[in-house]
Amino acid sequence: MDHHQRWHPTVNEREFIERALQSDLRVDGRRPFDFRRLKILFGREDGSAEVQLGDTRVMGYATAQLVQPYKDRPNEGTLAIFTEFSPMADPAFEPGRPGESAIELGRVVDRGLRESRAVDMESLCVVAGKHVWSVRVDLHILDNGGNLIDAANIAALAALSTFRRPECTVGGEDGQQVTVHDPEVRDPLPLTIHHLPIAVTFAYFGEGNIMVIDPTYKEEAVMGGRMTATINSNGDVCSIQKAGGEGVMSSVIMQCLRIASVKAADITSKIKNEVNSYTSAKALQKVKRLPASALKKDNAPDVAMKESSDGALETQSTKPSSDGQQINKEPPSVVEDNKQEDVEPMLSECNPEPQSESRLTAGGSDETQEAISPKSLKDAVKPKHKIKKKQHSKINV
Amino acid sequence: MEYVNPLTGFRVDGRRPNEMRQLKGEVGVVARADGSALFEMGNTRVIAAVYGPREVQNKGQQVNSKDALVRCEYRMADFSTGDRRRKPKGDRRSTEISLVIRQTMEASILTHLMPRSQIDIFVQVLQADGGTRAACINAATLALADAGIPMRDIVTSCSADLNYIEDSAGGPDVTVGFLTKMDKVTLLQMDAKLPMDTFETVMDLAIEGCKAIANYIREVLLENTRRLECQRDH
Repeated sequence: MDHHQRWHPTVNEREFIERALQSDLRVDGRRPFDFRRLKILFGREDGSAEVQLGDTRVMGYATAQLVQPYKDRPNEGTLAIFTEFSPMADPAFEPGRPGESAIELGRVVDRGLRESRAVDMESLCVVAGKHVWSVRVDLHILDNGGNLIDAANIAALAALSTFRRPECTVGGEDGQQVTVHDPEVRDPLPLTIHHLPIAVTFAYFGEGNIMVIDPTYKEEAVMGGRMTATINSNGDVCSIQKAGGEGVMSSVIMQCLRIASVKAADITSKIKNEVNSYTSAKALQKVKRLPASALKKDNAPDVAMKESSDGALETQSTKPSSDGQQINKEPPSVVEDNKQEDVEPMLSECNPEPQSESRLTAGGSDETQEAISPKSLKDAVKPKHKIKKKQHSKINV
Repeated sequence: MEYVNPLTGFRVDGRRPNEMRQLKGEVGVVARADGSALFEMGNTRVIAAVYGPREVQNKGQQVNSKDALVRCEYRMADFSTGDRRRKPKGDRRSTEISLVIRQTMEASILTHLMPRSQIDIFVQVLQADGGTRAACINAATLALADAGIPMRDIVTSCSADLNYIEDSAGGPDVTVGFLTKMDKVTLLQMDAKLPMDTFETVMDLAIEGCKAIANYIREVLLENTRRLECQRDH
């Protein structure tokens, strides 16, 4: 029992909230089927997202590692959701073992994602029966302002949408050797996400006659029952959780599902927009960074290559503006080109401004980039001995 | 895999598409408990015991002094499934099912009539063959009735499978907990992706199942009351 310390409304408070709801008014001024303001923030690293839904704050963090698959699913990766209800967020959360509500939240988010096959698991397989990617999403509740499930679900989706796993290839003599490429050498790959299952929570009051969407902390303390419907933007029901509580008519449930599907479409587009702007911003950073490394390179550029690759590069440099998703797929080819010693041509394409100017800016930004991420893309481009030299000189200074 | 034979129209186990499994309910199977029941749905077999209303053991757990505290523990016997491996106590699945059963029973128990007391429900799965959650709720209802705990309605539960209606792969499973007299759904759990109107069909089928189970449970309880009456007369 983890809810015994939970805030309990006084009789007056309870009556006030219930009376107001009877005339379609909510304590925070929303209408019954309005969500609170949703804000999605992304961390510096791929796969981390923080969701703010009113006062509720949840952080999602996706990571992956290579593991042996389950015996009954030898060619599928795994996805696991872990929840952390920190006592910081709510006095009712006890440190130590996850409580009932933490487990329920994890299971609801997990079922919504997994049973609806939202994330393609087969693409996470490296060697069938030997190595698959195990994706783990950690959900940290930072502040409990009510309706944790919806916020946590959005956090998980945002984290998974921006998550990139390292690319790996299979080779060796027996064809079983797995090489995991450093993210600096080959650009990490995004997950294949078929659809976004959005959790929409309803709270029931009275004798199941009054219902609201996205209950706040205070409304949760007063409500008689709750139902979470996980629906994607196509209107497919991915999972439903109504764990007892006040009974409702089956017609009301169908009405809830229809409302939920409208809300799910809104939230889906919100998440997609946020993710797209994040990925395109990230991709732009990468494109800007390349000139610096190229101009510092001593090797003479291969002029012939430049001529031949012009056409292809032209298309590359125009693409990013049109589609954010596309960009992240491009860089791997860029890096591979670089390895073949024709760094210069493509970079001059990417950077339309005059060379002298870019040289200046490159010199200035070089230092800061070095400080932020010592192992940047250009290190991968540079020959090994050069990196070492640089480090030496730094130590001497 | 085909769930319904296209030629005969029967399922793998010989039932018709919307035919329920054989039900069996027995009251008073645990001597020391205030109320107990055994419930079978086909090969799924569940035993439930109810203790209470009694004094609250751990005062810290008391939510408020106006209502009775309901607790529930769901356990799956190690021998209940095909593979006999020891399952850790309090894993995520059983913790969630405990919560679900507790809240479902709370919806029907008149907790305000028993302030400052606690009711413990223990459910143990002896044999698992699908629909354990539903069988547990039915067993708990029977046991609560046996213990004489006041309830506003009989909660029954039934799960329906899409496979038996349409012949599609995957295993979407809908479990419904239903308050029969009030005609209201208290428990609803579903996984797997379904279009909305298909879901409605499956839910309606599960509700029909719940109504049939409610009739059966009433019969069992009535039979039990008659037996008790006979015993008193002699």
